[in-house]
Amino acid sequence: MSVTADAAPVRPPTGRPLRAKLGRDDYIMRGYMLAIMVYLVVALAMPLYVMLSKSFTTYGFDLATYEFQVSDQAGNFTAPPVSAETLNRELGAVPPEKLTTSSDGRLPATLFFPDFAFRSPVLYRIRGTTAGATYLIGSERHLGTEWSQVTSNDFRRVMLRPVASRGLDNFVSYFSTPALFRSIQNSLLISLISTVITVSLAFGFAYALNRSCMRFKGFFRLVAVMPILVPSLLPGIALVYLFGRQGMIRELLMGEEIYGPIGIVIGSVFFTFPHAMIIITTALAISDARLYEAAVSLKASRWKTFWTVTIPGARYGLISASFVVFNLVITDFGLPKVIGGQYNMLAVDIYKQVIGQQNFEMGAVVSVVLLVPALIAFSVDRYVQKRQVAMLTTRSVPYQPKPHRRFDWLCFSYCGLVAVFIVGILGVCQFAALVKFWPYDLSLSLKNYAFDVMDGGGWASYRNSIRMALMTALIGTVVVFTGAYMVEKTKGFGAGRSVFQFLAMLPMAIPGMVLGLAYIFFFNNPANPLNFIYGTMAILVICTVTHFYTVSHLTAVTALKQMDIEFESVAASLKQPFYKLFARVTVPVCLPSVLDISIYLFVNAMTTVSAVVFLYSPTTTLASVAVLNMDDAGDVAPAAAMGMMIFYTNAVARLIHVAISKGVLKRTQAWRFK
Amino acid sequence: MSLHKNFWCAIAAGLFVASNAMAQTELTVYTAVEAEDLKRYAETFNQDHPDIKINWVRDSTGIITAKLLAERNNPQADLIWGLAATSLLLMKAEGMLEAYAPAGVEKLDPKFVDNSNPPAWVGMDAWVAAVCYNTVEAGKLGLPVPTSWKDLTDPVYKNHLIMPNPNSSGTGFLDVSSWLQMFGEEGGWAFMDALHENIARYTHSGSKPCKLAAAGEIPIGISFAFRGAKSKAAGAPLEIIVPSEGVGWDMEATGIIAGTANLEAAKTLVDWSITRTANEMYNTGYAVVAMPGVAKPVEHFPEGLLEAMIENDFEWAANNRKAILTEWQSRYDSKSDPKN
Repeated sequence: MSVTADAAPVRPPTGRPLRAKLGRDDYIMRGYMLAIMVYLVVALAMPLYVMLSKSFTTYGFDLATYEFQVSDQAGNFTAPPVSAETLNRELGAVPPEKLTTSSDGRLPATLFFPDFAFRSPVLYRIRGTTAGATYLIGSERHLGTEWSQVTSNDFRRVMLRPVASRGLDNFVSYFSTPALFRSIQNSLLISLISTVITVSLAFGFAYALNRSCMRFKGFFRLVAVMPILVPSLLPGIALVYLFGRQGMIRELLMGEEIYGPIGIVIGSVFFTFPHAMIIITTALAISDARLYEAAVSLKASRWKTFWTVTIPGARYGLISASFVVFNLVITDFGLPKVIGGQYNMLAVDIYKQVIGQQNFEMGAVVSVVLLVPALIAFSVDRYVQKRQVAMLTTRSVPYQPKPHRRFDWLCFSYCGLVAVFIVGILGVCQFAALVKFWPYDLSLSLKNYAFDVMDGGGWASYRNSIRMALMTALIGTVVVFTGAYMVEKTKGFGAGRSVFQFLAMLPMAIPGMVLGLAYIFFFNNPANPLNFIYGTMAILVICTVTHFYTVSHLTAVTALKQMDIEFESVAASLKQPFYKLFARVTVPVCLPSVLDISIYLFVNAMTTVSAVVFLYSPTTTLASVAVLNMDDAGDVAPAAAMGMMIFYTNAVARLIHVAISKGVLKRTQAWRFK
Repeated sequence: MSLHKNFWCAIAAGLFVASNAMAQTELTVYTAVEAEDLKRYAETFNQDHPDIKINWVRDSTGIITAKLLAERNNPQADLIWGLAATSLLLMKAEGMLEAYAPAGVEKLDPKFVDNSNPPAWVGMDAWVAAVCYNTVEAGKLGLPVPTSWKDLTDPVYKNHLIMPNPNSSGTGFLDVSSWLQMFGEEGGWAFMDALHENIARYTHSGSKPCKLAAAGEIPIGISFAFRGAKSKAAGAPLEIIVPSEGVGWDMEATGIIAGTANLEAAKTLVDWSITRTANEMYNTGYAVVAMPGVAKPVEHFPEGLLEAMIENDFEWAANNRKAILTEWQSRYDSKSDPKN
């Protein structure tokens, strides 16, 4: 010992600074974290990238690659060949903006021959100057540098085909098409109106729940979250039954059409209400009674207290709720498709482009456009969240409402009205599902449940949906929770962790429709080694887990943050590997959150439409998509029936969740109550 | 090493092929035929060819077409049996179809056969445009029975008409292209301008207008005869009208996907798909089939349907599709607010 000390004189340290040596646990944890990161990259980042690049794939006619030769009246080719580009330069037959087109573009060759007559004895020849130049004679495809000779009658049928290149042309043509461009305005307007209405209504509801002593609070809370359990397009179907031409109470609309903005707004309020209500309730619950006491002692009126104490206290909740609702409405696809009538919205435009016109590139462009408001809303929300400071301190006193007859009665009737609206919409759907042939035969029957003779995949869809939801809940919970654990408890590795956090937050900002379309482009590519999952249940599960990743991740992180890092230190000093700690301590302690994540994933997997509408295959049809397809085919009552099946399934799942949570809480969470 | 690998691969492939030949051949068939008919089609086919198993991939016309085009570089289908000829023309222009003249093709009505030689596709049956008229609702509103397309532009029908949007529905495009062919370019657009004034809204699917008319949600829906007949059979108070100027139509057609590994079996199926047996099978739902003289009247189908079918130039429609849709969109789709 002393020998070494003598031999090595003291020197200032050189080289890399000291670092804690990484143990095996650290490597395993980092490895696992990387694995989940790879999952997020493959299931999210790469498809989005492919979709983005698709939007820059443009199609245009490359005139320089075609040559024509025209014979004389006797049919002899004496004139030299001439390229289409030269002809166009001389004639100006096709202006440059007409040369950009879509993948299905066709340009008649006769445009370059102003003196063309289909009865003349003149013969025509056409060829490409490159191997890839493509043209049609009639509907037959020709390509290459061989001459094709046609009579003038057939020359009428010669069409040039476009070639793919990269550029901004798709965006230019998008913004110069008024019908498409108008959708942006419509989408923004509808989302804005729906947001204002929903947030106001939800605030009133949450206020009544938190600040009054009305009766049946538990019941109201239950009713308010019901819309979460159904696909977003179900209210659209109910609205048709209520306000359509044969609607039960259509007089209430005073001659206005339900198909259009009115229908979309009412339906959007219905399906976004619970989301706003939950967020605002949480915000209102964190209130400090001392502020209200101060207000009372300062003799502030109730009105003034409301504006100076209540609203500022809940402002972050209100902002958050607004952005969530805005995002939900602007990215929703099912509702405007069912009830939107002629009112074009961005999400429906994607569907029209892809399914109606098979114009994948333009579909990608609309997706990119739809991404912008969603990304803005998302980043503003994150920014606001960061600025939020703790309202609740150790000295806070929770607010306890005092009975106040008139106010309580007012709150009760308000909540009652909202409850009637929600239960009414669902009741109408159930009624619609049971009526034999609205409005001509009102006898009740189960005929509309014979899904097997209708579009949408029949009862198999329902079974598939349950299978998909269970798999999503199981796999999703495991992936999300372990991923959150690794990112929370890994020491060091800051760069990796922040990339992970970013990837985990991203899905929130990606509309389902965009994700689904991105999946087609990415996974349906034969060159992709993962191509084999296309058309299977796996791709639906992966897509759904990814689509709902963010909220699950945040739930897990919140739960994990409550656990002291000391647990890890103690486990390390006891020489216990992290996975033992994880299985024996972390998971049991966080079990309520784990269960919350799984029910969240289950319910959303049952109701999601937008992300999976492009991805299901004949063997993996889903109930939620069946609702859409049956409505589309005009089988509205069966669509309502299937929608209500989803509702009951989710309701049962929730009940089971409550039962398990109660049991589990008793067994694993007793320490919390000691 | 690599030689060895190749050797074993060859043996394995040989075994695979051999065992496949001994057992059934399986064909992946893409189709847009109604779900309820598919089982019957497969069963009837298997009576003659028990050695070929059909795996159906069924969806609506738009989705199946989009799927086929998306899979262009990596086709999953062996053949298409029962998809709109318009869609098959798209595939043909992309070089996705294997041209094949099935045995007995000369017995078919030539307008049901692709005009190339050998043809890239052959037709099965026609679905024909028609107007579904709800007698109860129209009676309440005092709407006269229309007999022609031009009748529908009468202001009396304002807000009482529904038709499919050609930008999202093949049936909608069929209507538009038939009007342009019947009334000429100028006359066609003038007709649609007038019609647009009466349309309450455009739907995303071709069968929905008739189902909406059947449910009384609208008195008159522009759709196709097949759908109307089915709704009528289900008890809806419908009258199916064949407008006097003539009606547009499209056909369900069959074609082999180029590069299929099961070419022989696919050819067997296409051969069978144009036999008399097959045509009789189509006739249970469709009033107009490809083989002349086979079709018996189908209940609830309107009379004079075959005579009313226009000379539809599918090639013209396919080549002008993009231009027509763009024009339609700029005329009728940019006015987004619902009209009063």
